[in-house]
Amino acid sequence: MTTNQLTKTDAKGTVPGAPLLEVDNLHVEFRTRDGVAKAINGVSYSVAAGETLAVLGESGSGKSVTAQTIMGILDMPPGVITKGEIRFQGRDMLKMSGEERRKIRGNKIAMIFQDALSALNPVYSVGFQLGEMFRVHKGMSRKDAKAKAIELMDLVKIPAAKQRVSDYPHQFSGGMRQRIMIAMAMALDPELIIADEPTTALDVTVQAQVMDLLADLQRERNMGLILITHDLGVVADVADKIAVMYAGRIVEEASVHDLYQRPAHPYTEGLLASIPRLDLKGQDLYAIKGLPPNLMRIPTGCAFNPRCPYAQDVCRTDVPPLHEVAPGRGSACHFAKEVLDGNRG
Amino acid sequence: MPEYEKDHEHLPTGSQEQPGFGDQEFRTVALADTEGMTVEKTDVYAEPAPGKPRGAWGEAWRELRRSPRFYVSAALLLLLVFMALWPGVFSSADPNNCPIVDTDIKPNADHWFGTNTQGCDIYARTVYGARASITVGVVTTALVVLLGGVIGAFAGYFGGWIDAILARVTDVFFGIPLLLGALVFMSAFPEDRTIWLVVGALGVFGWMQIARIMRGSVVTVKQSDYVVAARALGAGTPRILMRHVLPNAIAPVIVVATISLGTFIATEATLSFLGIGLPPTEVSWGADISSATTVIRDQPYQLFFPSLFLSVTVLSFILLGDAVRDALDPKLR
Amino acid sequence: MATAAEPILQVNGLVKHFPLTQGILFQKQIGAVKAVDGVSFELHKGETLGLVGESGCGKSTVAKLLMNLERATKGQVMYKGQDISKLSGGALKAVRRNIQMVFQDPYTSLNPRMTVADIIAEPYAIHPEAKPKQGAKKRVQELLELVGLNPEHINRYPHQFSGGQRQRIGIARGLALNPEIIICDEPVSALDVSVQAQVINLMEKLQGEFGLSYVFIAHDLSIVRHISDRVAVMYLGKIVEIGTETEIYDHPTHPYTQALLSAVPVPDPTGRDNRDRIILSGDVPSPANPPSGCRFRTRCWKAQEVCAQEEPLLQLRTGMHGPALHASACHFAEEKDIVHAH
Repeated sequence: MTTNQLTKTDAKGTVPGAPLLEVDNLHVEFRTRDGVAKAINGVSYSVAAGETLAVLGESGSGKSVTAQTIMGILDMPPGVITKGEIRFQGRDMLKMSGEERRKIRGNKIAMIFQDALSALNPVYSVGFQLGEMFRVHKGMSRKDAKAKAIELMDLVKIPAAKQRVSDYPHQFSGGMRQRIMIAMAMALDPELIIADEPTTALDVTVQAQVMDLLADLQRERNMGLILITHDLGVVADVADKIAVMYAGRIVEEASVHDLYQRPAHPYTEGLLASIPRLDLKGQDLYAIKGLPPNLMRIPTGCAFNPRCPYAQDVCRTDVPPLHEVAPGRGSACHFAKEVLDGNRG
Repeated sequence: MPEYEKDHEHLPTGSQEQPGFGDQEFRTVALADTEGMTVEKTDVYAEPAPGKPRGAWGEAWRELRRSPRFYVSAALLLLLVFMALWPGVFSSADPNNCPIVDTDIKPNADHWFGTNTQGCDIYARTVYGARASITVGVVTTALVVLLGGVIGAFAGYFGGWIDAILARVTDVFFGIPLLLGALVFMSAFPEDRTIWLVVGALGVFGWMQIARIMRGSVVTVKQSDYVVAARALGAGTPRILMRHVLPNAIAPVIVVATISLGTFIATEATLSFLGIGLPPTEVSWGADISSATTVIRDQPYQLFFPSLFLSVTVLSFILLGDAVRDALDPKLR
Repeated sequence: MATAAEPILQVNGLVKHFPLTQGILFQKQIGAVKAVDGVSFELHKGETLGLVGESGCGKSTVAKLLMNLERATKGQVMYKGQDISKLSGGALKAVRRNIQMVFQDPYTSLNPRMTVADIIAEPYAIHPEAKPKQGAKKRVQELLELVGLNPEHINRYPHQFSGGQRQRIGIARGLALNPEIIICDEPVSALDVSVQAQVINLMEKLQGEFGLSYVFIAHDLSIVRHISDRVAVMYLGKIVEIGTETEIYDHPTHPYTQALLSAVPVPDPTGRDNRDRIILSGDVPSPANPPSGCRFRTRCWKAQEVCAQEEPLLQLRTGMHGPALHASACHFAEEKDIVHAH
């Protein structure tokens, strides 16, 4: 069931299909004593209501920095936004006042982190922490807030919510804690959820449960979801479209089916070839040679050129722009056509 | 290396450091056949971050040299150490030459800091007083690091009942305030008070903090994978302790030792102030402060100069400790 | 690759209980965490045995027991006629030349205050009799080259390398004594996807060159399938199913194995909406107080009376044939194709 089949009920007053959030040509760098690290170098993407965008990348690709910039939780300094816009429902959040941004954060955009244990305060019960959202943002009474907390715990399918509402975070298993984080994110009925590696720290059987829950809630409430992950399996399970990031740029953008069927960027192609398959015993794994670049010394031209089997002279001099290579899909590779046709080198 | 991105790709045992972003100067190198087996002829060496090889201590030193606090405190302490070693360079006057006719002279060109009631030159006495203070501070700290370090390292490394007993002993000593303990200790030896007795008194009652820090630090390091790796290689206890545990556990001890150096100097001054510290033959800031209090209303300068030197010395050590802590704190790198 | 010859490592009924105590000076045992509770398997020369399971199943404790880094409560680890789990002192040290380990976290498994040369040459300092004739330094450079690192970098420190490079250093250290067996505890799970493949390929290459035997512990089922000849699945301190890679992945018979396989996200969106997934209910019970009988019964959809009363042994089950005929610890073992069923 993809979003295309969803009837776009328009309860939230947005134009159907119009993007909920647009990141436009965002540049972020970190200025440190050791030099300037260019973490994000012109990232643009958008997500609509009811849509799941997966941002795929390895450590240092800039996928989490982008999310932190959207949420306004980037450490500044050392972080500096040098260029770009982040439009939420058409308005540039980077130009808003602190007060306005705070209203959006939590209310309209919520975030789910990887490490639920450290994101929850160990000295308060989970019920208290869930209820806090309602007491602070909605001015509810303690009793009503607790009832709401139980309701939320039911929503994220925590068994025996009534009994467990007064338990403390450490009394829950990892999967349950991540559910509580999801409940917290859902509390104020946001329109967009940003989930940063929400299942990475969980065991595989629990991972599936939590991912299913998140996907169900997103569908039911017609929210936008930005899923930040390095896991190609998780992406294939839930995403509608994918943005692949490398060294602070989007190198490929496509619908999930197109991308897995035929990648249009050598990096994506390499990634897909480098993961072993569960359903068949392969021969040698394809390994992308070398390492991700140092963000203080990103190679000239295409950042991926030292690791790329297709690289030619032009790749070392000219930065390939993200351009349309087929309807609805983009690739930032000079040889995207060759990659798409499968003619390596 | 600072953290750029909180990309916790790593599973449960999250690392506190980020992978160094590698370099992309790849080279094609023909690899030699190793032990008759053919290795891939062309491979891409994965290059480490460029720059001179620098160990953790080297990194800390580099960090330290970027800290203004380090320069200020180091300069002051260097000066004080010189004073302690060669007081004659700083003052031609004899601190114990006290002509009674020169009593209570206000600071002037001859007597920069003036003279005290006995007629001694306060500048000379302050300069010569550095020796006792620095000696007590340095030797006591060395003693305390040795005593506390060994006790803490044993408790932390061996654990079990050794740890339990040593922890109780530490607790008992912790119950006694340093000053009180030293006072009682000193009053038990009224005849043979020497500088070494003061060092002993402070050492006996001052090692517990170091022991605790060392224990905690050793417990943490003991559990790290590289210690397990050394055990898996068959390394024995001495090797593991000396090569793996201590070098990685010592950093917080150095910080605390530097800061407590100042505390020991202050405590020695207090003991001497109370007349139970250094023998009257030793020139000491504490004793001079004590004798100056009798004339504090009329000749405040007599109190001011030794107090100033004492404060600056203690402050310098605390400042140095602060700078060292920042340099050694791995979270800042 | 597995041969019918005498196994190089034979594990019999391995048990590790961590006592739960109260009190400081006068300790009283109030229970035990049954981290490993009766694990048996064999490892053959040149073979890779994969050990999979979720966190807390005891797989990492098994690694430590095989190395005798933890003392086994009960059971044997037989290597060349000696029970490693009973050895100590010089005899243990001698055995360690032949069994080495690669750790999960490349950031904590290398001493930050030692240079790469010191780290890789440490085995020779500990075992002077193993010191190569041409000198330790020469050998360290050879090893660095072997694992794909620049031999000129012997004087660098671990923090100057990235995660994948550090893991290569760890592998070089493990190889220094020319061991026969390497225990790999989640060796690639801390690495980036594109670097994982490099390290896996390196390990396979080294296995081919030196005839190494691996015990490969991981939670990533795809990687385990890729590298393993045989696979053992662990749940709450016990092996629930063991067999060749094909037997476990293409013909799983234990409900836990089936659930585990069905939960793995497949990197292919085709047909994702009608994928049949076994969603387990509840959490893993505490190893301090495991369920009676079959430990999986509290989360199992097949559980019946007998599962609570009688512990299912890890044995061949009747009514199966072909590749489905392998040891499974379930009273109701039944083959079900999971990974191809979509």
